[in-house]
Amino acid sequence: MEIKLVKNILEANEVIASENRRLFREKGIYVVNLMGSPGAGKTTLLERTLENLGDKKRIGVIEGDIATSRDAQRIAHYAIPTVQINTGGACHLDGNMVRGGIEELDLDQIDLLIVENVGNLVCPAEFTIGENNKVMIISVPEGDDKPEKYPLMFQVSSLLLLNKIDLLPYLDFDMERFRRDALKVNPKLEIMAVSCKSGEGLDNWFRWIEQRAGRADG
Amino acid sequence: MHELAIAQSLIGIIEQEALPYTGAKVTRVRVLIGKLSGVMPDALKFAFEAISVGGIAEGASLEIEEVPLRIRCHQCGEVLVVEDPFLTCPNCEGTDVEIVTGRELDIRSIEIEDGNQASEEHP
Repeated sequence: MEIKLVKNILEANEVIASENRRLFREKGIYVVNLMGSPGAGKTTLLERTLENLGDKKRIGVIEGDIATSRDAQRIAHYAIPTVQINTGGACHLDGNMVRGGIEELDLDQIDLLIVENVGNLVCPAEFTIGENNKVMIISVPEGDDKPEKYPLMFQVSSLLLLNKIDLLPYLDFDMERFRRDALKVNPKLEIMAVSCKSGEGLDNWFRWIEQRAGRADG
Repeated sequence: MHELAIAQSLIGIIEQEALPYTGAKVTRVRVLIGKLSGVMPDALKFAFEAISVGGIAEGASLEIEEVPLRIRCHQCGEVLVVEDPFLTCPNCEGTDVEIVTGRELDIRSIEIEDGNQASEEHP
């Protein structure tokens, strides 16, 4: 006999992510899932964000890494609620891991939660964690051919930060080609060119976050 | 990329659905895999075979229907299959498109040979 179903195989994660999402909504927390390759500048972006918005928003951070608490340590002196998740080998954060993380946070004290995902241009795109928006950061040294090669990450992101634009004079990075390909893969993608080192372009990012974190339901 | 985790989830669902049918043996599982899901059908088959050993789904054949990436263009109204990941309408080059199919990662049916239940035809 045949048992007929219409069931998403990864439904278990979807259910947990939805529960996370519901909780965030209840508490009026706007959640960003920050993704990008190792070394693209996720943690540095986080540092700049904490410096600029730390006084204006009550920020909480969940750090995801395979190993070490180096990223959590880097931001420790900003004295904001931070949880470090070590996946021990998993290449991405999923709804369940984030649920474990938020249990360590006092959600009543947070308006903006930034989840820094594991450095990886592939897997985090496949898993939702209950965020409002996925934001990806990619850097100039990684090359201008990435949208075509890693489409899913570009497709699921609302915002793309192109970091390290201070290095453009030293590298063969075709900005026009990059933008064109990124928009072909995701026509709705918002793109910002920034340098976390020089600060160029970061005001746009801070404004983008502020606009969204202000609203109770994101 | 996570075919092993997906195979594990799949087997979990199979075990849950087949639970009421004591002694049943799962003979066939049908799944839908969309082009945009990032799942490689061969890798999923391999993972499924490997981890179904010793369980209720051991020996079951995994049939995978691949679903193409189909988009609806809001500019020209066409619904078209596109091969590459570029979400642009091949007809009018419009970028206001919506994904109709291609994201699937669904289990659609499980076939079992009844165990110690009386064998009946089910519609």
